[in-house]
Amino acid sequence: MDLDFTEEQDMLRNSARDFLSTECDKATVREIEEGEDGYSPEIWRKTAELGWQGLMIPEEYDGMGMGLMDLLVVFEEIGRNILPSPFLATVALGAPPIVEAGPEEMKKDILPKIAAGEAILTLALTEPSAGYSPDCIELKAEAKGDNFVLNGTKLFVEYASAADHMVVVARTKSGGDPADCITLFLVDSNSQGIKIEPFATTGTDKQCEVVFDNVSVPKSAVIGQVDKGWPIVEKTLKIATVAKLAEMCGGMQAVLDMSVAYAKERVQYGRPIGSYQAIQHMLADMFIRVFTSKNILYEAAWMAAEGMDCDAKLSTAKAWCNEAYKKVAEDGVQVHGAIGTTRDHDMGLYYRRAMAAFPTFGDTGDHREVVAQSLGL
Amino acid sequence: MDFSFKPEQEAYRQEIRDFIKKELPPGFEAGVGGHVESDEEWKIARSMTKKLAQKGWLNIAWPKEYGGQNNHMFSVILNEEMNYWCAPGLDFGGVGMLAPALMAHGNEEQKKEHLAKIAAGDVVWCQGWSEPEAGSDLPNLKTRAVEDGDDYVINGQKVWTSLAHHADWCFLLVKTDPEAQPKHRGITFILVDFKTPGITVSPLVTMSKERSFSEVFYDNVRVPKKNVVGQVNGGFKVAMTAAGFERSGIYRIALALRNVDRLIEWAKRPQPDGTVPAKDPVVRQKLADLYIRGRIARLLAYRVAWLQTQGAEPEWEASIARVFGSEFQQYAGHTGASLQGMYGMLMRDSKWADPECNMALQSILGIGATIAAGTSEVQRNAIALRGLGLPRG
Amino acid sequence: MDFGFTEEQEMLRTSARDFLTTECPADLVKEMAEDQQGYKPDMWAKIAELGWMGLAFPEQYEGMGMTFLDLAVLLEEMGRAVLPGPFFSSVVEAGFAVLEAGSEEQKKEILSKIATGEAIATLAVTEPSASYEASAIAVTAKGEGDGYVIDGTKLFVDNAHIADYIIVAARTKEGGKPEEGITLFVVEGKAPGITTTLLKTISGSKQCEVIFDKVKVPKANVLGDVDKGWPVVDKVIEKAAVAKCAEMVGGAQAALDMSVAYAKERVQFGKPIGAFQAIQHHCANMLIDVDSSRFLTYQAAWKVSEGMEATMEVSMAKAWVNEAYRRVTQLGHQIHGGIGFCMDHDMPLYFKAAKTGESLFGTSDWHREKVAQELGL
Repeated sequence: MDLDFTEEQDMLRNSARDFLSTECDKATVREIEEGEDGYSPEIWRKTAELGWQGLMIPEEYDGMGMGLMDLLVVFEEIGRNILPSPFLATVALGAPPIVEAGPEEMKKDILPKIAAGEAILTLALTEPSAGYSPDCIELKAEAKGDNFVLNGTKLFVEYASAADHMVVVARTKSGGDPADCITLFLVDSNSQGIKIEPFATTGTDKQCEVVFDNVSVPKSAVIGQVDKGWPIVEKTLKIATVAKLAEMCGGMQAVLDMSVAYAKERVQYGRPIGSYQAIQHMLADMFIRVFTSKNILYEAAWMAAEGMDCDAKLSTAKAWCNEAYKKVAEDGVQVHGAIGTTRDHDMGLYYRRAMAAFPTFGDTGDHREVVAQSLGL
Repeated sequence: MDFSFKPEQEAYRQEIRDFIKKELPPGFEAGVGGHVESDEEWKIARSMTKKLAQKGWLNIAWPKEYGGQNNHMFSVILNEEMNYWCAPGLDFGGVGMLAPALMAHGNEEQKKEHLAKIAAGDVVWCQGWSEPEAGSDLPNLKTRAVEDGDDYVINGQKVWTSLAHHADWCFLLVKTDPEAQPKHRGITFILVDFKTPGITVSPLVTMSKERSFSEVFYDNVRVPKKNVVGQVNGGFKVAMTAAGFERSGIYRIALALRNVDRLIEWAKRPQPDGTVPAKDPVVRQKLADLYIRGRIARLLAYRVAWLQTQGAEPEWEASIARVFGSEFQQYAGHTGASLQGMYGMLMRDSKWADPECNMALQSILGIGATIAAGTSEVQRNAIALRGLGLPRG
Repeated sequence: MDFGFTEEQEMLRTSARDFLTTECPADLVKEMAEDQQGYKPDMWAKIAELGWMGLAFPEQYEGMGMTFLDLAVLLEEMGRAVLPGPFFSSVVEAGFAVLEAGSEEQKKEILSKIATGEAIATLAVTEPSASYEASAIAVTAKGEGDGYVIDGTKLFVDNAHIADYIIVAARTKEGGKPEEGITLFVVEGKAPGITTTLLKTISGSKQCEVIFDKVKVPKANVLGDVDKGWPVVDKVIEKAAVAKCAEMVGGAQAALDMSVAYAKERVQFGKPIGAFQAIQHHCANMLIDVDSSRFLTYQAAWKVSEGMEATMEVSMAKAWVNEAYRRVTQLGHQIHGGIGFCMDHDMPLYFKAAKTGESLFGTSDWHREKVAQELGL
């Protein structure tokens, strides 16, 4: 057993923290949130220079060839600082399917672009049914000559509005085993027949509706094998869930730090409010939530990184962190009192993200059900 | 980062399970922390202690120079398995608390006289710390030790002394300087032979109907000065060493994990009317939640153990593990009983009680979990003050 | 709207509290928990003399002609004293069944005997399935000659071992809807063929297994109409649920009062523990639970008392009070620390009463399901 991060990971964390606090302070966060694009192309370029976009892309495609635990470190810092950007969409949703199963041509073409910050990607998976299982996929891909024609609607596609390409999860066969009829396609966002509409959301994360109206894609756009796409989706979701969990834990830590600092300086009734047991115990409980969340995340991520059977453990982590971040965010506002409810205060940035993260890649009920099934219940 | 156990640790875990299967009478179950009630059960507990000692497992976490294997992790694994399978025999007081205190603060004579016997499981030790007026506020203890020639004469009353009715010896905290400020500077740690005249043990019956604890009255009990461990008036430090040796709290968690596993199996069984609780979505969610909490509690306990193997002295980490683990135990207890509906009312020996999964007693035992050995409130104080650096009130 | 109690109700409360404080000290409660019979005949006689058994029975049956709401006030005081014995099963379970469905003769005989303390009674509905659904009734009553023969097992029948009358819900007709074909019978407690076994419960409450082996019951002992017994059971269970809530509210209040008193006197760290904010907030949370429980209970009790539809309110109350009482006793124990863990302390009486009450006449999950149904979900 060794529960420490490596020296390299500690260094990565420190440099990520420095970078983010310099390049993306809270004023910048708000600016980006108010802006049209939902991200800063300049920061995007800079993170590419640091190698972040290519962090889990193999070196032969100009990536850093690093692992899931390293990605986790970066995402924790992103969550702690807040960086509105298509980073998770590209790195944890769009790129992994290609790395996992993309044809060589595709990999050679797009992965270096991703690593260089020249391509933004996302995964078009969920539909109005808003579920993460194969039977929720209704968008059709019909073979027509050398192409496939896509028809249907995707909903909650993160940063589709900024993406150059989307990995689209489509149904190529009906009936039979739901897991044996899904195909993944790499689709150019500018393709004819695609209509993208971003929504205003609590997480200001450019969730979009993407309508596919007779969108034609070449056979070469298939990632992996026809009909056999679902396992790729499952693998990708593992990475994305770890990334999201890391973001959540980083956010929780930031809320805790902010709240502790405030409790030490805010004076009422002649003493710092942090000297009142009620506040002390509330902060202790927040600390327990942050600490338990991080620990279960690290265990789950490590298992995923080791290629172990970890569905139940990841669900354990997501179920736990959902509730933990929500409560930490609520308590964070509580500790700050009225000022914590104002738009100007940073607490709101985290509170909204806690709410948005809750259902992403499965809400608590969904994940508890996965755990229940794993127990044979 | 690596969350796996080493092959030799996994092998040891299996060895322990085989040992328990072989040595413990089938169906025998001890209570929290290996507690047993009847005389026959005590005999079994004692024989288990001796067997553990013979295998060199009892003191496996001790430094090598004192006959141990310096293997803290092994000790926690042993603790987990013994408590998961409800096997008595581990010696928390003597092996886990007093011995480390002697090693750090005792003199050669004391180490020679006591350590080997503790390691052999030959002596039963009890811990005389809490008093009616000294619960969370331990330094407020009043049991007085007054110098008289080569002895101290001790008068006072202790409460919550577990194993007192079986004890051969007691490690006692007494007040030697009532004027000292702060109070903890007037406390001395002293070893008392329980055969000494003047000691009266009066068992308490807990709300679980168990006689796990006693009041102990000290009436002019004469104890040689040479039984003081460490410095006179420096006893609090010795006590902190004793309390700091094993901080994972795994024993409670293991018991609770066992309860959750039993509940999961219960849920899969058809009830008298043929329905299966596991099909109920509410039951599924609650059991999954219990299981999730259990995995986290266990992870936290092992984290504390791992920190101790690294030579660290976990403070707030141990408090977090303690609060989380004890609240998990409590929550599992009363939730489990609630899940069983009306059957949750039945005690284990009742007709119609599920012999494999009885949560009524567990819900009662859960009450003590957040009180014993440092209340949740005190733990949260420690987390807030020492973990977060918040100012004192 | 008037949230106050009448003068008579306040007088009833005061006199009940005085009586029970003297006649039902905690030591007696502990003694009765271990006692087979579970009550003291001389105390039973005194209670009868006060007219309490017949408090809510019409005057023509030796009752006092007071209301269900008045009875709730009395039950609160009984819960506060953790009164052992067959009051609840006789008056609420059996009494209200007879009151609801009995013939004039039956009411005259049975209610009067209960009111005078001459007879102890109970209601046998639940079976090993431990369910309050009609479909759970499997004990049969087959027509034979000039009566019926009852066969089967009832479980969790309160005080069956000392009951003179057991009101039994048995199935008289198979097929059709489960709610149809159930008949209520008045069965003598010691009738041939009945075997009663006392179960060992957490609080010492006298729950029994009752086995009916070809128990003959004359036609005259049918309570209400043949096959039409379920609506009566339903109504009685609803009344029993809110009556139990009233008891539980009384217990919760006692636990709160005890804890506040202890917090004021117990000194640690040089001051009363009640001066610590953590303990203060525990007490505050207990009060919130007691108060909300009382409100929900009396809202339901009032509606029942007025003869109004109250299914929703009753279920809301029981769902809430079950968990509130447990929370209150748990915090009560936490405040008392080690001393409350001793058998000879009073707090365990309340914790155990809470764990007992929570499953009688419906668990929280069962009642929440009812609320959901009432909401049309």
